Amino acid sequence: MSQVMLAVGTKKGLFLGWSTDRLSWEWEGPHQPMAAVAAVAIDSRRTPPRLLVGGRNEHFGPAVFTSDDLGTSWRENANGSPAFPPDAGADVEQIWQLQPGPPSRPDEMWAGVEPSALFRSDDGGETFTLVQALWDHPHRPDWQPGAGGQCLHTVLPHPSDANRVLVAMSTGGVYVSDDAGESWRASNTGVAAPFMPDPHPEFGQCVHKVVRDTENPDMLMLQNHGGVYRSEDGGATWQESEEGLPANFGFGMTRTPGSDGAFYAFPLSADVNRFPVDGRAGVYRSVDGGRAWSDVSKGLPEAGFHTIVLRDAMTTDNAQPSGVYFGTRSGEVWGSIDGGGSWEQLVTHLPDVLCVRAAVVDANSRG
Amino acid sequence: MATRITLELPSVLADVAGGRRSLAVELDGDKPTVADLLDLVAGTYPHLERRLRSESGQIRRHVNVYADGLDVRAVSGIDTVLLHNAVVMVIPAVSGG
Repeated sequence: MSQVMLAVGTKKGLFLGWSTDRLSWEWEGPHQPMAAVAAVAIDSRRTPPRLLVGGRNEHFGPAVFTSDDLGTSWRENANGSPAFPPDAGADVEQIWQLQPGPPSRPDEMWAGVEPSALFRSDDGGETFTLVQALWDHPHRPDWQPGAGGQCLHTVLPHPSDANRVLVAMSTGGVYVSDDAGESWRASNTGVAAPFMPDPHPEFGQCVHKVVRDTENPDMLMLQNHGGVYRSEDGGATWQESEEGLPANFGFGMTRTPGSDGAFYAFPLSADVNRFPVDGRAGVYRSVDGGRAWSDVSKGLPEAGFHTIVLRDAMTTDNAQPSGVYFGTRSGEVWGSIDGGGSWEQLVTHLPDVLCVRAAVVDANSRG
Repeated sequence: MATRITLELPSVLADVAGGRRSLAVELDGDKPTVADLLDLVAGTYPHLERRLRSESGQIRRHVNVYADGLDVRAVSGIDTVLLHNAVVMVIPAVSGG
């Protein structure tokens, strides 16, 4: 029996929502209670799908937990969490991103961590190895922490060219590799860094999120620390993409899959005023690759909405039509199954939502 | 002569210590340290060791370790020498929200 599973990582554990119609939901959790879950991956390349959770216990540090029965049981491998080698002189503080590799590499899994570094697994997340070339990049001493920490929060493998990978960090900006991580170059041309003396540096931008159009993999959308940008050349160059948006600050961003997919964003007023514009929960959609955005907020609170959507708390599923979901720091999750034409509150009173992921799964795989 | 140590754990760590809250271990050498204790623990309970110290070997900021009642941070940290029959207590710091 197919169901949509909604995996909601919060400041105090993982919650799982289950639905056959995406209208009524059953919730369970918390899994890994008291761990701040900033990263969740649903690896649908496997049967049954593998769930990976990157959690950080305030006392006992970060760890990756894995479930092969959709959350019924969990395990933690002895060497299964990203950890720096002794000569790196650093400790993993938090796991910010767990990202399955392309379909052609079914055992590849990426992890982005704080301090900014990238780890790769070639065994489905059983073990992780530091991507040394990025760690050794000559720019690294100049990457600075943003308010959330110095984190590598976005990993975007290219779906059809397995050697191409894009990462984004705050601060530092976008870096790309064309050789499976053996070498890296900054890729921020056109992206501003208004908080630096040179507002258009080669690197150092505070990129909050990048999402990819999986149908047209060179098409990317970027939410910057002030500024929304689009790229049609795989991130080589970026152009402003703000027409129709009420503000150009924000964190959460996603794109629904398929040729009829769309980008979605949740703007906030400004760096110095990190609230939804006018206290209104506003979701904006672009169906033309970011050339223009339109308001798709029907059903969301029109006033008194003073919470925000964090960088990985906006996502889509792979159902037909695609659902769009976002979670808030006030513990709410909202969903739309008609492209933002209407929204429903799916759950409330959770801890702060840090990340959301969704997928159609075979519920019979639950143990 | 082996140095006998008792490691006492909070209940929240029992699940990564084989369900136990107290471990009796023997360390080689006449001046074993907290680091030696954690090295030994890592061999049997790797997740427990990683809960207590990071990969660079530092005791985690919100984990307090007491050797015979003394906070090891106030002694020599991870290099604090443990005496024969020492009781090492792990107590999570008061933190969180």
